[in-house]
Amino acid sequence: MTTPLLSVKDLVIEFPTRHGPLTAVDGVSFDLSAGEILGVVGESGAGKSLTGSAIMGLLDPPGRIASGEIWLKGHRIDNLSHDDMRSIRGKRIGMVFQDPLTSLNPLYTVAEQLIETIRTHMKVNERDARTRAIGLLDDVGIPAAGRRIDDYPHQFSGGMRQRVVIALALAAEPELVIADEPTTALDVSVQAQIIDVLKEQCTERGASIILITHDMGVIAETANRVAVMYSGRIVEIGPVKSIIQKPLHPYTKGLMGSIPTLTQADDRLTQIPGSMPRLVDIPAGCAFNPRCDQVFEKCRIERPFLIPEESRKVACWLSKEAIASKDVK
Amino acid sequence: MTSPLIKVDHLTRVFDVSKPWLNRVIERESKQYLRAVDDVSFEINKGETLALVGESGSGKSTIAKMLVGLLKPTSGSVLFDGHPIRMDTSKDMQQLRKRFQMIFQSPYASLNPRWKVTDIIAEPMIVLDVEKDRIQIKKRVEKLLELVGLSGKEGNKFPHEFSGGQRQRIAIARALSANPEFIVCDEPTSALDVSVQAQILNLMRDLQDELGLTYLFISHDLSVVRHMANRVGVLYLGALEEVADSEALFKTPKHPYTRMLLDAVPDLEMTGRKRKEITGEIPNPINPPSGCTFHPRCPYAEKRCKIEKPKLLETDSGAAACHFV
Repeated sequence: MTTPLLSVKDLVIEFPTRHGPLTAVDGVSFDLSAGEILGVVGESGAGKSLTGSAIMGLLDPPGRIASGEIWLKGHRIDNLSHDDMRSIRGKRIGMVFQDPLTSLNPLYTVAEQLIETIRTHMKVNERDARTRAIGLLDDVGIPAAGRRIDDYPHQFSGGMRQRVVIALALAAEPELVIADEPTTALDVSVQAQIIDVLKEQCTERGASIILITHDMGVIAETANRVAVMYSGRIVEIGPVKSIIQKPLHPYTKGLMGSIPTLTQADDRLTQIPGSMPRLVDIPAGCAFNPRCDQVFEKCRIERPFLIPEESRKVACWLSKEAIASKDVK
Repeated sequence: MTSPLIKVDHLTRVFDVSKPWLNRVIERESKQYLRAVDDVSFEINKGETLALVGESGSGKSTIAKMLVGLLKPTSGSVLFDGHPIRMDTSKDMQQLRKRFQMIFQSPYASLNPRWKVTDIIAEPMIVLDVEKDRIQIKKRVEKLLELVGLSGKEGNKFPHEFSGGQRQRIAIARALSANPEFIVCDEPTSALDVSVQAQILNLMRDLQDELGLTYLFISHDLSVVRHMANRVGVLYLGALEEVADSEALFKTPKHPYTRMLLDAVPDLEMTGRKRKEITGEIPNPINPPSGCTFHPRCPYAEKRCKIEKPKLLETDSGAAACHFV
């Protein structure tokens, strides 16, 4: 068996408080193979961005990895020193954040920022770095890249800025790109363009993507596999098509039903009663149990683990496998 | 024929975005203006929901503000049930203000964090002189809280004790407190998560059926609009490009921009429909393109589009501003 590109094992992220630690991400595990696009969806507070930050080694203190392991191509990266992590970040893991205006430095031209990134990670001289930078801007679809490279970020429009950020993320030929809500700050007509560029450029370079978003539509079009997160846990993970067309976990079902679509208009939207629990009072057992319409005794006591079903894994005591292994009822 | 509840007539708003006087003199620049809303006319009938969609900078929120008298139009007028909406505090205007309310985008910014929920909801009743009796006010606040799906006892809490969705419910209760007929909803769900968005949209529709409300629903999300609206108006750079019945607009969009917006909606059902590559971005509104403002991005653009600005002409299901309709 080949080792996966990225392997996250039982990741737990905690925030210490006066009243004891709060667990924001609780036992998240997944593998990502080379060239794969994994979507991570969930509502705000589900822990999807924290998971991404942890992989990049960018957790803001006091948040910390309490337990679990992160492996990149067979090397453990979650316990690396600050300096060792710096040499991986940008070089082997590229990043694209939500707001391109805050992720670019307003005081430097795009050329300076790109050349700095390229020269930090590659042994090239200034001139070659500039040629490479122009090539990158060209690849991500910036017209007249040779001229525009000396512009400042504020001289670009929102969509163009996000293209620059993608170029920066790809500057050192990373194996993995983590894109955290890359289209949320953009207008609908531009969103599609950015997603296309990201997907196309990563596929061309053979880089895997972890696409973190709350927009199921973006995932449907882009990702191969999707992980649905709720309250810091993965509740369902598997191929995009099967999860979107036939969700198994009650939360995923509710989530899919609550998204209005263009084709059906008049029927009521399915709604999940209540809201996601706060970190201070995550219920015992399955975190979704107070909002679930099929809840039963066991859900309130024992936390479900990810049980394989069909082509995916579901963390629900109602899954066929869980029912078959007679410990239910 | 019944007359419409709202009649917006050639509404235009221009903002002065010039640099300060001294800079202009030194840099020899002339004044700069931004036409945020450009000659927009539409009507809203009683009991219906008109949605305005558009990308950022298309003038959606500026129209909303002018409709409720928070912003003075540069030219044009808004008639509410035949009465003109002005920004003064005259008797007529006071009477009129009782009849419409507004719900804002962010329930984090639109509720005063230092007020208790009861006071927030009671405020419009007191200010607009709808109810004077304290006990009656308290009773009504409790009823309103229950109407929007919260418990009547929660009025004693402060806004920070509620989640985003619950806060938007409080904002809705406040909007309803003076018994309005017409509510302007400016992106009421775009700050919320999808599952909460579904709760709020369902609630708004239930309230409409129950209380016979009329909505102006502003959003950038076409699938939400599809779910809420009877009629839809599409805005681009401050001008109305197309107005049509919701059903017709989504089935047979007339204007190329509407078609483009529809194509940009991600395909959740995975029917294999290929998203059409959309080129370009919204131009700078300070210096909009000549003729039809959409022509630089339009796949069908011809010479005529660059010179002549198309008028909003009637079609079988509404109206569209394009030379080729």
